[in-house]
Amino acid sequence: MKIVVPVKRVVDYNIKPRVKADGSGVETTGVKMSMNPFDEIAVEEAVRLKEKGVASEVVVVSIGVQQAQDTLRTAMAMGADRAILVLSEESPEPLAVAKVLKAISEKEQPGLFILGKQAIDDDMNATGQMLAGLLGWGQGTFAGKVDVADGRVKVSREIDGGTEDISVALPAVVTADLRLNEPRYASLPNIMKARKKPMETLKAEELGVDMARRLTVVSVAEPPQRQAGVKVGSVGELVEKLRNEAKVI
Amino acid sequence: MTALVLLDHEEGRIRKSALSAVTAASQLGDVHVLVAGDAAVAQVAAAIPGVTKVLHAADAQYAHELAEPLAALIVSLAGNYDHIFAAASAVGKNVLPRAAALLDVQPIPDVVSIVDANTFVRPIYAGNALATVRSSDAKKVLTVRGSAFDAAPAEGGSASIETVAPAANLNVSEFVAVHLSDSERPELESARVVVSGGRGLQSEEKFHILEPLADKLGAAIGASRAAVDSGFVPNEFQVGQTGKIVAPELYLAFGISGAIQHLAGMKDSRVIVAVNKDPEAPIFQVADYGIVGDLFEIVPALTEALN
Repeated sequence: MKIVVPVKRVVDYNIKPRVKADGSGVETTGVKMSMNPFDEIAVEEAVRLKEKGVASEVVVVSIGVQQAQDTLRTAMAMGADRAILVLSEESPEPLAVAKVLKAISEKEQPGLFILGKQAIDDDMNATGQMLAGLLGWGQGTFAGKVDVADGRVKVSREIDGGTEDISVALPAVVTADLRLNEPRYASLPNIMKARKKPMETLKAEELGVDMARRLTVVSVAEPPQRQAGVKVGSVGELVEKLRNEAKVI
Repeated sequence: MTALVLLDHEEGRIRKSALSAVTAASQLGDVHVLVAGDAAVAQVAAAIPGVTKVLHAADAQYAHELAEPLAALIVSLAGNYDHIFAAASAVGKNVLPRAAALLDVQPIPDVVSIVDANTFVRPIYAGNALATVRSSDAKKVLTVRGSAFDAAPAEGGSASIETVAPAANLNVSEFVAVHLSDSERPELESARVVVSGGRGLQSEEKFHILEPLADKLGAAIGASRAAVDSGFVPNEFQVGQTGKIVAPELYLAFGISGAIQHLAGMKDSRVIVAVNKDPEAPIFQVADYGIVGDLFEIVPALTEALN
């Protein structure tokens, strides 16, 4: 079984995002970019399934600008076998990404897609669900545990009140939550090896996908900032302030 | 204009954030709601003021709010509506994007403010920026952040209840089991007070030190990602960018350093109290009241002081 893992190049999670002065977006030029952390978890899970003999091949795909090839090389250093870069503008919308992935699916015929549950830039949490819808496949989102057996994938999902176990027929789409696994660090020899792994480059238009945005960004603004309050010296003082100043207890 | 709101529910109760979605939808016009499964919930939904019709999906395939049948059902009903809403809950986030894709619509997740029928505000980058976006899609498919809108009241309405015909089901997924944490405490997302613990609690056993305090305050218990990753408490306790987003009247953070992704989940709380032994912890930059010290002394003392 082949597994396809889409990966996104995003502002590194350690960098505090800065809103552009003209309010058109968040600054991404001259900022450290990395693989979306949830996508690292997805890559790790796919590689583990290959190591267990469940998967035969792991293909990583990124849809974005040329520099996304670095993200794909990172995924291959973690153990993915080959990569497909689909060139488009930076950070296309989930609907367009899902359509590109559907076209990739028709070419590659995977048994499973594993995606990160959300990208930490636009926080959409939508692409996996949308891809599953377009393909007419089942979906196991927010996965904390994944077991593939007998033509099905059993997914333990993180839900609001606890966890939920579902069983989905293959082919299927799974989205990775935080605790699915701890992604490995790529070793230097594997980083070197990844440079020689195959990478195919396509243009979104070649796949016949309309990448036009449906959402226009009117403005991007900083949220109101909270001011630091006061440090109090004792529990007694805290209780007094909560009672009489904040009037919250 | 009429909006359809998916009302998700758990153990016979409508999720509070789904009631917030009703409030959001009612800003645009008439509201119909969709209840999948539990007939008793459909009855409860009929009493929500502002709701004019309850669509009840009674068929057994909808009992567990699985994404595939529920998204197909929403698509089958979508023709009558300009806007389709759900809470940004586990169910809403699972189902609505799938329905949106089937409708060829780009969904708008986590809406915190409605500017007009086409224009919405949503946080991006873990709440470090607020984006105002305008949709060119004919239908809008949105999820609503519960902490940004008041919950619709439970009583006062008298909507009609209509049973809807099932839509074609792909039969590709099956519910196996659900494991909910037993708790007599209020729901984390709707509690007036939240008592939260981080890595500073040190272990699963020691985390229990927060319980008497939470009991005294009638509070829900939350946790940072570090505490969940360390196994002190299960995932459903997590407050943050990828966990629950809360905005209680009072949020007490014990042994939580205040990583950006945690702050994203609680910085809209009205009053924040932080207790940490590190005076430089970033949590103090958002706290109204801070105490630098040992939480294992401060928590029992605070519990005692509230007697």
